[in-house]
Amino acid sequence: MTYAAPGAPPADLASTAGPLGVADGPLAYLARLASRVIALCWVELRKIRHDRTELYTRAIQPALWLIIYGEVFTHVRAIPTPKGIPYLAFLAPGILAQSALFIAIFYGIQIIWERDAGVLTKLMVTPTPRAALITGKAFASGVRSLIQGVAVVIIAALLGVSLTANPLKLLAAAIILMLGSAFFACLSMTIAGLAVSRDRLMGIGQAITMPLFFSSSALYPASIMPGWLQVISAVNPLTYEVEALRGLLIGVPATLWLDTLVLTGSTVAGITAASLLLNRLASR
Amino acid sequence: MTTESTVTTSATTVDEAVRCTGLTYRFGAQVAVNELDLAIGPGEMFGLLGPNGAGKTTTIRMLTTLLKPAAGSISVFGTDVAAHPMRVRRVLGYVPQALSADANLTGQENVELFARLFDVPRKVRKARVAGALEAMGLTEAATRLAGTYSGGMIRRLELAQALINAPRLLVLDEPTVGLDPIARGVVWEYIARLRASHGMTVLMTTHYMDEADANCDRVSLMHRGKIRATGSPAGLKGTLGDGATLDDVFRHYTGDALGGTPEEGGIRDVRRARRTARRLG
Repeated sequence: MTYAAPGAPPADLASTAGPLGVADGPLAYLARLASRVIALCWVELRKIRHDRTELYTRAIQPALWLIIYGEVFTHVRAIPTPKGIPYLAFLAPGILAQSALFIAIFYGIQIIWERDAGVLTKLMVTPTPRAALITGKAFASGVRSLIQGVAVVIIAALLGVSLTANPLKLLAAAIILMLGSAFFACLSMTIAGLAVSRDRLMGIGQAITMPLFFSSSALYPASIMPGWLQVISAVNPLTYEVEALRGLLIGVPATLWLDTLVLTGSTVAGITAASLLLNRLASR
Repeated sequence: MTTESTVTTSATTVDEAVRCTGLTYRFGAQVAVNELDLAIGPGEMFGLLGPNGAGKTTTIRMLTTLLKPAAGSISVFGTDVAAHPMRVRRVLGYVPQALSADANLTGQENVELFARLFDVPRKVRKARVAGALEAMGLTEAATRLAGTYSGGMIRRLELAQALINAPRLLVLDEPTVGLDPIARGVVWEYIARLRASHGMTVLMTTHYMDEADANCDRVSLMHRGKIRATGSPAGLKGTLGDGATLDDVFRHYTGDALGGTPEEGGIRDVRRARRTARRLG
């Protein structure tokens, strides 16, 4: 494409566009996807840096779950745990996943807020594929969940839960937590695309987070659930996130490949659904 | 009145910044933009004028790849918008109607985000961001959170964001709506300066006829989804005789008051104006 029109800006557009230029093709697409995800994660880190209050207030709830609920149920020994580990150790990965879920569910509300404020349309007029925008936001929620997760892990360690010190397992747990958060952020953004209004989404968000939590294996093993709940638990991605985290952090038996596969698949499906609904959301 | 131009709109010979042909958009049964034809020359400051609900914002949203036209086509510097939205986005700078900077980031970070989204190479990113902020007179406020900015400063910050990719076409949707008169004057001053230094084509919408008169090379008067007249402000006023204002011209061509009745001001425009008011309030 040659632009020879008078009044063209002095800056050469090819250099503005950088090495990616207007190149199409799968490789350029992937490079752009990666660059957008990095950009949106960078934004999230800057925001956390400017305002850390949410980090502290969001640490209160998991702390209560671990300190009160966890301690009490450790003493009553009502819930059978794999390999007879203390209930608090069993619970800690569940609360870690819960705290990420609560963060991620907020991203649908955030994207509606951005739509209302005009920020979303501006992002959509940049050379950013819809899917890259959604993926970026999904992993931005992962970044926030990860930082929040560090707080939860520290609380758990202080309460005497023995967690793995294996850096590879910790890294794998971080990836699982990010994937889980990314999926639930996409779920939330998908619902945002369907609900369209913020008030409606807030109601739906409230209505689904607790059922997601209670129907997972975060609080109790699936083996003690009634049959119908076991079915729901088996299709709830939170279960797979919790199981993977438990396997990695506490060392109970887990089918990591299955958990990772389910979480990756759900995240890809979530990104696809939310991306397809993004135009609908933006044009309301 | 559409421009009698026979320019081809292929990707290689480019004589027009924007060309809309038979552009149509419907919200349900309501036709928001009705077979609109429009041509904007490179380097022009072009105003799309009309009351709320005239279809200005819908036209802009189609041009900026946000809405798919029901019929007709748009090309930007010879590139078809529907066929190559990514290419078109690369040469666009867009400032939407709502004041829309991220309040939780600093001015500098707001601009840097757009530098990243436009693939400005890392080596020149910092300098480019600083340059855009300086051009908009925001160097001193750069490290403050945008949430602390005044309405006029946010608009200038948005211009800095839109400037970061050295756009060939700057699209401004109601650039001064919701600003006090002083801030409006300042924003126009900066837009004029931008044009002088970058020579970019500017397409803006407004319902302030006085601002269009003072700033635009050519304007199109839009009403109920159609363009009723196109020309230079002076030329259009001249057809009505001495002392005519652009308001008079508009009334002449539409036979309507400018304000627009609530039925005309589409609910979408009203909602957007309310959002802006809320953010400012």
